[in-house]
Amino acid sequence: MSLHSDLDTLYRQVIMDHYKNPRNRGDVDGETVTVNMNNPTCGDRIQLQMSVENDKIEEAKFVGEGCSISLASASMMTEIVRGRPVEEAVEIAEIFSNMMQGADYEDEKYDLGDVEALQGVTKFPARIKCATLAWKAMEQGLGADNSDGEDEDDDD
Amino acid sequence: MNNEIKSLFPVLDQEVNGQPLVYLDSAATSQKPLPVIEAVNDYYRRYNSNVHRGVHTLGSWATDGYEGAREKVKNFIGAKSTEQIIFTRGTTTAINTIAQSYGRANLSEDDEIVLTPMEHHSNIIPWQQVAKATGARLKYIPLEEDGTVTLENVRETMSERTKIVAMMHVSNVLGLINPVKEVTEIAHEYGAVTVIDGAQSTPHMPVDVRDLNCDFFAFSAHKMCGPTGVGVLYGKKKHLKNMEPFEFGGEMIDFVDLYDATWKDLPWKFEGGTPIIAGAIGLGAAIDFIEDIGLENIMAHEEKLASYALERLQEVDGLTIYGPEKRAGLVTFNSEDVHPHDVATVLDAEGIAVRAGHHCAQPLMKWLNVTATARASFYLYNTEEDVDALVNGLNKTKEYFGDVFA
Repeated sequence: MSLHSDLDTLYRQVIMDHYKNPRNRGDVDGETVTVNMNNPTCGDRIQLQMSVENDKIEEAKFVGEGCSISLASASMMTEIVRGRPVEEAVEIAEIFSNMMQGADYEDEKYDLGDVEALQGVTKFPARIKCATLAWKAMEQGLGADNSDGEDEDDDD
Repeated sequence: MNNEIKSLFPVLDQEVNGQPLVYLDSAATSQKPLPVIEAVNDYYRRYNSNVHRGVHTLGSWATDGYEGAREKVKNFIGAKSTEQIIFTRGTTTAINTIAQSYGRANLSEDDEIVLTPMEHHSNIIPWQQVAKATGARLKYIPLEEDGTVTLENVRETMSERTKIVAMMHVSNVLGLINPVKEVTEIAHEYGAVTVIDGAQSTPHMPVDVRDLNCDFFAFSAHKMCGPTGVGVLYGKKKHLKNMEPFEFGGEMIDFVDLYDATWKDLPWKFEGGTPIIAGAIGLGAAIDFIEDIGLENIMAHEEKLASYALERLQEVDGLTIYGPEKRAGLVTFNSEDVHPHDVATVLDAEGIAVRAGHHCAQPLMKWLNVTATARASFYLYNTEEDVDALVNGLNKTKEYFGDVFA
């Protein structure tokens, strides 16, 4: 399928699979933490719903619109955090954030599974924000967001 | 238009991602030709100095350069006097100056500001802010199905309470040209003033502010072969004369006392601080460059490219094209299967630069019922080969995503 090897590292099969067949798309029943987040530079938007009980993410689902990278990333993120203690989810978000900043990812504590495929995004600086949108929503929802969240609008 | 013109733009002579660069994002910012780059270079190398002060020779050369650029702008847009040409940081600052200075002084509760839903954020948000501060209300002219603004709809929206009508001359998304002259006529019947956002028209077609008879007109240098960080606010003298400055500080004062100060005459009362000297000189050079080629020629070239692009893009399956048939030199589109960001990334791998996103026009995106679109925009240096490259790139995009979906 290869037209470009760089493109192939961005659009890995597993990413396209999550894009075409998103996991955990929809609404969570009952009491939820709901976060709406958008990427004002491009119009991508996501609503993340999580039910958190006893410091554990019982369920995580999302709805939203966006490109393949942002939707695949949301699908992967919800898949990896559901059923996990909040503390672990926050740690994984940290590892993911470092990965997006180009840090070497070493599979020491957690098996990131499909999420590893997003490493290719770092070769496309303009697309990193697409990949991090859902993760920022998760961190904000868990009260672990130490960035400013939404960025300022861009200029045309 | 030919390759001779293209060769004057050094940035276009390179490979990006191993492919010859095809630059189709001039509506975001245009590339700069050698004469502009050299004019800015020459200023910094030979006569960099502050303007309007001091006695030394470099200072007067710099002042001549800066004020000479103002003269060129005046002639370029058909203004009567250089007093009406204010250098700003760009279109955004120009519109904010009008909103904060003219708007705040002339709007009161329940007055109306009339806009269109297709405006760029920079011609919406300043009005939202001044509306909040004064109690004025925003009203939007409804658009026809293809995005057109009709004079009937303008009249329907206007009332005796309408004080300001703010409208873009050419849409940065739909490519359509708004009837701003006729709208100004209607606005004046109601005693309202017009604010025309000329960011997308001034680079591409002849503009005569006295013929348009608009009250205010704003544009940016960087979309018309000039440097970033400089733009122009034109206004009728009767308004500018009565307006308070928007920024206060050096350069714009007449006398300063411990507790009060008076302002310089027009246009300098609106140019607080050391102005954008190199930028204005670069804009002057850009005007010379454009006038040498001729705006009629540029416009004809772009219209030809846009209709060629519309024709060729029909060949790409599943493409939706936004906006009317007759248009300025840009085409906004979406592919049914592939998100515009993904389209732009694959095109970029082919060396083709297009814009993907909401184009700073979120209300228009909502109106179009999309969250984002892709846009190819043309300028005098683009060729039919660039359009061919775009069409090939889009076919490859479909092929690529067809493969990864398979």
